[in-house]
Amino acid sequence: MASYTYTPVPDTGATAGVLAYLVVSAVVLLLMMVFGLLLRLEQSQFISIGGLWFYKIMTLHGAGMVGIVALAGAAVMWHFLRLYVDLSNGIFMANLALFLIGVVMILASVLLGDFHAAWTFLFPLPGNSMGLWSTGAAALFMGGLLVIGVGFVLLHLDIARAIIVRYGGLGRGLGWPQLFGTDDGNAPPPTVVASTMVTIVNLVGLVVGASILVMMLVNLYVPSFEIDPLLAKGMIYFFGHVFINAVIYMAVIAVYEILPRYTQRPWKSNKVFLASWTASTIMVMFIFPHHLLMDYAYPKWFLIVGHIIGYLNTFPILIVTGYGAMMIVYRSGIRWDMCTRLLFVSLFGWAVGAMPAFIDGTITVNYVMHNTLWVPGHFHTYLLLGMVAMVFGFMYYLGKPNENAKDSPIDVAAFWAFVIGTMGFTMSFLYSGKISVPRRYAEHLPEWVPYDRLASYFIVLILAAVLVFIFRFLSRLGNAGRNYQRASLAQGLATA
Amino acid sequence: MQETAWQVSLVLMSLITFGVIYVAINSGKREEDYGPLVKSAYGFRTKLFWGVALVFFPAMIYNLVGLPLPYSESAADSKLGPAQVINVIGHMWYWEMDRDEVKVGQPVEIRITSADVNHGFGIYDTNLLLVAQAQAMPNYTNVIYHTFKKEGTYRVLCMEYCGVAHHNMMTEIKVGKS
Repeated sequence: MASYTYTPVPDTGATAGVLAYLVVSAVVLLLMMVFGLLLRLEQSQFISIGGLWFYKIMTLHGAGMVGIVALAGAAVMWHFLRLYVDLSNGIFMANLALFLIGVVMILASVLLGDFHAAWTFLFPLPGNSMGLWSTGAAALFMGGLLVIGVGFVLLHLDIARAIIVRYGGLGRGLGWPQLFGTDDGNAPPPTVVASTMVTIVNLVGLVVGASILVMMLVNLYVPSFEIDPLLAKGMIYFFGHVFINAVIYMAVIAVYEILPRYTQRPWKSNKVFLASWTASTIMVMFIFPHHLLMDYAYPKWFLIVGHIIGYLNTFPILIVTGYGAMMIVYRSGIRWDMCTRLLFVSLFGWAVGAMPAFIDGTITVNYVMHNTLWVPGHFHTYLLLGMVAMVFGFMYYLGKPNENAKDSPIDVAAFWAFVIGTMGFTMSFLYSGKISVPRRYAEHLPEWVPYDRLASYFIVLILAAVLVFIFRFLSRLGNAGRNYQRASLAQGLATA
Repeated sequence: MQETAWQVSLVLMSLITFGVIYVAINSGKREEDYGPLVKSAYGFRTKLFWGVALVFFPAMIYNLVGLPLPYSESAADSKLGPAQVINVIGHMWYWEMDRDEVKVGQPVEIRITSADVNHGFGIYDTNLLLVAQAQAMPNYTNVIYHTFKKEGTYRVLCMEYCGVAHHNMMTEIKVGKS
């Protein structure tokens, strides 16, 4: 049985590599948010960029956001995981280099080649452009995704190697001896458990994603190499679902590591924790049929699996990680600063966004809500107010000048603007989904425009907040690399 | 259905909001001994687990068993007469249908496929609410059964992104007297 005594852990500064990841993430994230605003402004009829530019920007927004949150999540995971295992800095930097090469390829494909088949590159759309983009532009886009994917495969292989060397296997990284045997209190720390889970699912997801990308690249130039569209769809959604979900599981490591430092309470890898991460490892890989509920050509059991796992998947989020964060903060005397506020609210964002998500995975609901704005409504909630809030919390942690530093009122105002802006923006999306507004429409019917306009105002609020977050992080980059105490002692402890 | 999904989401999201606010309000005064707090919190978590399970599992099963699923023939009530069949082919960027008039109150079997890329066949009622949909994809036919309950002109919108004119890919189904 684990003990609940807290052992102080020193706050370590970030390596130059982690800072490079975070700076790139901050800049690209801001740009992608501006792109997102442009999409909503077009639907609001405040601007008029036309269908071609709408879908080009939509393609960039999707690919850019998925890529950049993965990069930011990897930075969080790598920063903390290296405290436990021996990671290769060279591989970490190679991933960043490959990422940037992939970004240039994608930008060229869309901006110069007019590619606009959406980030999901759903077969056979990339090769079927009706003359609006060339085969070369499609190949450049999918090649860019492939290069980014190869970088992440390298990163995860290195992480797998390091965990196997230190703990003796990936099963041990997930704490299986303690989960299925006696809990001797020696299970790996939450960071290692989460990193093992992410590494397993992402390696499988990325290999499947790379496989379909290569198949589609061959098909572009050799059409006689035929691909089954249903198989392609399954592979794309498997990869897409796993990869985008993994970013949250990477970023939540910031919560596991930082909240205990502020509350001086340990986050233990006990049996319930280990069971929930093993369950999540399996469920993240088998839940993807919930994207395919409207493809009745699939076997019924396959769709029912998506429906059932959708419900089960909420348990680890709500009952273990969400509840665990509440436990560690409840009557802890935690000192609220920008870091702890953002990390605490990130668990709220994740849990609250999971509710409309699992409801959407109900077959009878999906029948009338699939591919409406309900879908971006829920995933923007747990990605923006969940995952991205974790990354900003991490940035504030790294940049905090000293353990007693007070936040400026501007930052506090930005925090509330971020929370209110995100909830207002995502609720506008969800309400639009409720009234059946389809997603990915360049032009909206007049009945739908008022909600688009409301969303646009909230996005401006979010952008203002994010500008403050990013400005603050960049202005404190000098602090972020140094080793010193950042986390404040809890009230009641500081004076003891 | 949309209204139910919205209401249930709001209730669940509100419950989480209250829980988080409760913890935030009670975060200030430190209880030094974490062990007993953990013990009582774990006790509450077990209750919470069963509470959530008792709500979620019946809901999950009810939504699978209790309701006719859209792809199941039982969704079409055979007592109301033989199904009227519409064959649909999606093209970039228009719908080809072998009939666009059906009778109210009689089951309609809609057989949906695509000649080029993935599309989504979404039927909107006269209030512009989505009442049924299926993916239209090349090489496969997705079949749904739907009984229109009201007369009127229903709109068909594309529900899967298919290129630059995706948002203009609309047609109509006229539902008349039986």
